[in-house]
Amino acid sequence: MSEEKVSKLKDYLTSYLFIIPAVLLFSVFSIYPIFKILQLSLLKWDGISLYPKFVGLKNFIEVIKDKIWWKSFLNAGIITLLALTVQNALALVLAIIVDKDIRAGEIYRVIFYIPPVLSGIVVGLIWNWIYNYDYGFLNHFLEVIGLGGLKRAWLSDPKLALFSVAVVHMWKGFGWGFIIFLAGLQTIPRNLYEAAQIDGATPWKTFLHVVVPMMRPVFFLVSILTILGTMQIYDIIVATTGGGPGYATEVPITRILSSMLGSSRFGYACAEGLIFGVVLLAVSLIQLRISAMMRNE
Amino acid sequence: MIYIFLISLFFITSCAKKTEEREIVIWHWMTDREDAFSRLAQEFMVERGIKVKFELYAPSEVYSQKVRAAAQTNTLPDIFGILGSPRDFASFIKAGFVEDLTMYMEENNGKWKNSFYPQAIETVSFKDGNMYGVKPGIYGIPIDMMNIQMICNTEILKKAGIEKIPETWEEYVDAGRKLKKKGINVFVSGWGEVWLLEAMATSFAFNIMGPEKVFNTFKGEVPYTDPDWIKVFSLFDTMRKEGLFIKDSITMVNKTAEQMFANGRSAFTFNGSWCINVYKGMNPNLKYSPCLLPKVNRGNPVYIWGGSGSWFVVNSKSKYKKEAIEFLKWLTSSQQQKFLTEETMNLPSNKDAAEKLKGLLKEFALGMKYVTHPNFWPVHETPEVIEKFDKGIQLILIGKKTPFQVAKELDKYKKEQLKE
Repeated sequence: MSEEKVSKLKDYLTSYLFIIPAVLLFSVFSIYPIFKILQLSLLKWDGISLYPKFVGLKNFIEVIKDKIWWKSFLNAGIITLLALTVQNALALVLAIIVDKDIRAGEIYRVIFYIPPVLSGIVVGLIWNWIYNYDYGFLNHFLEVIGLGGLKRAWLSDPKLALFSVAVVHMWKGFGWGFIIFLAGLQTIPRNLYEAAQIDGATPWKTFLHVVVPMMRPVFFLVSILTILGTMQIYDIIVATTGGGPGYATEVPITRILSSMLGSSRFGYACAEGLIFGVVLLAVSLIQLRISAMMRNE
Repeated sequence: MIYIFLISLFFITSCAKKTEEREIVIWHWMTDREDAFSRLAQEFMVERGIKVKFELYAPSEVYSQKVRAAAQTNTLPDIFGILGSPRDFASFIKAGFVEDLTMYMEENNGKWKNSFYPQAIETVSFKDGNMYGVKPGIYGIPIDMMNIQMICNTEILKKAGIEKIPETWEEYVDAGRKLKKKGINVFVSGWGEVWLLEAMATSFAFNIMGPEKVFNTFKGEVPYTDPDWIKVFSLFDTMRKEGLFIKDSITMVNKTAEQMFANGRSAFTFNGSWCINVYKGMNPNLKYSPCLLPKVNRGNPVYIWGGSGSWFVVNSKSKYKKEAIEFLKWLTSSQQQKFLTEETMNLPSNKDAAEKLKGLLKEFALGMKYVTHPNFWPVHETPEVIEKFDKGIQLILIGKKTPFQVAKELDKYKKEQLKE
């Protein structure tokens, strides 16, 4: 073997040696669990017994037939849609305002970032108090301003429960979008705004023709994070409605946990988890594809 | 020199191993008992020279997951508790993780066994011909007792002019109407935790149709569309129509319901005997009394859920099995049980310790005559049907479905399950 080849081989080996720890960690904590879940999803297992029974694809077939499972998907989808539109629109507006060198901008940055760093359970408990029918702040406020007729059981009314939970989620989540949008806005060169102003562009036109094109990658990043984060909503649901009333606020994660800990159907829960993962992966891939297509336009 | 030093070190460490300390490790989830358990462990060490280490893992969901994971990796402690349904308990036994304690219980003419309330023993036993195929026997040691009853705020009832605590369903509805007229909330419960709904509904079912018919329903021999079951579901419909509960109860967690009742925001609640300690912490001046569930069928007795509140099992693979059993015998003896009752305000599992109970503890203890519990039942409904049952009642309570619609759907689902 020539000296050059030996040197190249040494280089390769050294490089691989450096990535071994990362590969090992990734394999143990990411790859192995995926295969383990796949294996468990083919079994009928209560999580305790030493002899699980192989049932093939039965768990997957049952999950696909389970109407409540798909309802939970729909519920999470509705919350995601609201988060994508209302939450992100609010985050963007606030980011644009704070980007305009307003007075005490730093303070607003901190204030808007407080809800995301709070625990979902804590946020849920705070909003439980706000929404309480008898002594909650919201109903009390409505009465004070003369709108007592709008008093509702916000979390126990099946028509309102999902939207009430979505509001809590959006309140908790808009800070993330705000910070990312603000970071994106600050990368736009100021001279582009100045050029637009000289050309006589209105603020709306500046937004459409300067901000939107420059922020496209940021919009995609925020929307992917919003979809993935919101579809996996769990803690707020547990702290506010527990998935009720009935199945009104059930989401995929509460269903998976209910199968696992409530019914002790670990195999079924793993099948639910895999289907959920595949759907999320598909959504992310579609979105990346759209993003790539729009970049090429 | 170094050689001599290493040899000496080897001998020293070898000698140290011979005097190894016996230590029993216990896993539990009972945050309110942490201090009391630690003090008892210290006392046991002084008395018997065996170290006991209580390890707390809370909340209960986390504890439950930890125990399951430990079972898979064979790292269960010497003593632990099992949270979950009788099905889960049976799975732990069948997988060989739990020691059969019948032999120890029956020693000396059943001295240890007879020191407990019979209902406490029933909670931790499997009978001959049980549906899980577990060898009949006693597999756990009850630490305390509990029962779940209707609880009324006596001061509020007095204010509303209700002199007599309602004993029948009609009296209860009547009292509810009176309370409503005075602008007082009638009932609050943490129905967001659906097992409370299940406890209430099955207790009513036992009273309306008797236990046998309920069990026959679980077996699939009686449909959920039977008039008696419709009657059970209709009780919740009546509660909705009459406005007899705080609207938020449907999604409320029990802790919030406890807080509302403790603050005098409702005349009635449905809660377990553990509430004595909870209400004491929330409002020491609260005047209340347990009052059983109102009878719907006057010809049948009232039933309430109850039995052993918390119980421990011994790891069948433990190195210190003998010591673990010795500790549990000591822990459940009259003196230690009295101490636990005083410290934690839970009903003792030991009959002698329960003899001199006073006040609210005594009142709750009187309810033990009426208890039933899924752990005593010869058959159980599947978890999937139970979920549909609980959610169905929630749907009745919000007026989204009628009792008959819920019964019909439940019956259809049950039949599908039986086919499988």
